[in-house]
Parts: sequence; C-alpha cells; structure tokens
Amino acid sequence: MILARVIGNVVATVKHPGLLGRAVLPVQPIDEDGQPAGESFLAVDHAQSGPGDTVIVLREGNGIRQVLADRKSPIRCLIVGVVDAVTPADPLP
Amino acid sequence: MFLARVIGTVVATKKSEGLQGIRLLMVQPVGEDDRPRGKAVCAADATLAGPGDLVHVTESREAALAFPDPFVPVDAAIIAIVDQVHLEEAA
Repeated sequence: MILARVIGNVVATVKHPGLLGRAVLPVQPIDEDGQPAGESFLAVDHAQSGPGDTVIVLREGNGIRQVLADRKSPIRCLIVGVVDAVTPADPLP
Repeated sequence: MFLARVIGTVVATKKSEGLQGIRLLMVQPVGEDDRPRGKAVCAADATLAGPGDLVHVTESREAALAFPDPFVPVDAAIIAIVDQVHLEEAA
C-alpha cells in the first residue's frame, strides 16, 4: 500500500459493470513528507475520499477482489483509507 | 490503472483462441494534462472505444477479468471511456 493524494476526479459514462457506482479518482503518490513521489495514476474510491485528501492506496488485485467481494472485478488500484496524519518516528540514536 | 488516448486499431487474423472476438486498440498512456507518458501499448477493449477517445486502462491479471470467461490472454484492457478529468487546484 502506498500514500497518495487525490488530485481530482474522472467522469466516465461508458464503463465496465465492475466500475458502476464507484468513483474513479486520479491520485498522485507522495512520500511521508507529502512531496510527490512518482507518476500519478487512477484509483477507485472505497473510503469516501475526495480531492485534496491524503489516502492509502491498495495496489494488489486479489486483495481488492476480497475487499469488494467481487471475484471478477477488474479494479487494480483501490483507495482503502483516508489518512489523518503521518507521524515520523524519532531518528534512531 | 491509468489514463490513455486511443491512437489506433490493431487487426490480427491469427491469434490465441481466447482472443477471438476481442477488439484490440493501440493506446498511448497520458497524464491528467493529456501529455504522452511512456510507450504506447496494445490494449483489449471492453467498452467500444475508438481512435481519439480518452480511456481508463487496467493492467495485468485484472485486465483479463474485464472480459467474460473463458480466460482472455491480455495484460491491458480498456474498462471505461473518460468524458472529463477535473483537477483540483493545488492547495
């Protein structure tokens, strides 16, 4: 799972039945300091998230199919949590 | 999963059995700003997209799951035709 920030939303009328009723959001991966880390991609929302939120994105198809209880889901990236805070540990002595 | 622009069609007469009846399109991955990103790939179409369309592509094992059984041997599939991408202003 990775941290990412939701940067907008995507509107599609024609979509696979596995996406019906689900929000597709573009997300930008970020590091623990909130800085962009890597290229943005599309994720399906499963945590009531919206633009501006920092989220946890699950990128493992089998885990997603279990979460959604849909054995035929074509979803590969799923937002599974909205992050309130990331607190770095104190550096090791 | 990523955004891509359909840039062409692919015709193949001899193909693996599972690919019979599956539409194949060339897609160029793009960013939210519609700029090309990386190399174009051949994707199977589950939506009836056409050249010029902005589409939502899923990859890997999940691409095959976009199609009804039996197993379809693909690793990229178009699962939605995108009408619009709204970007939130950076805070």
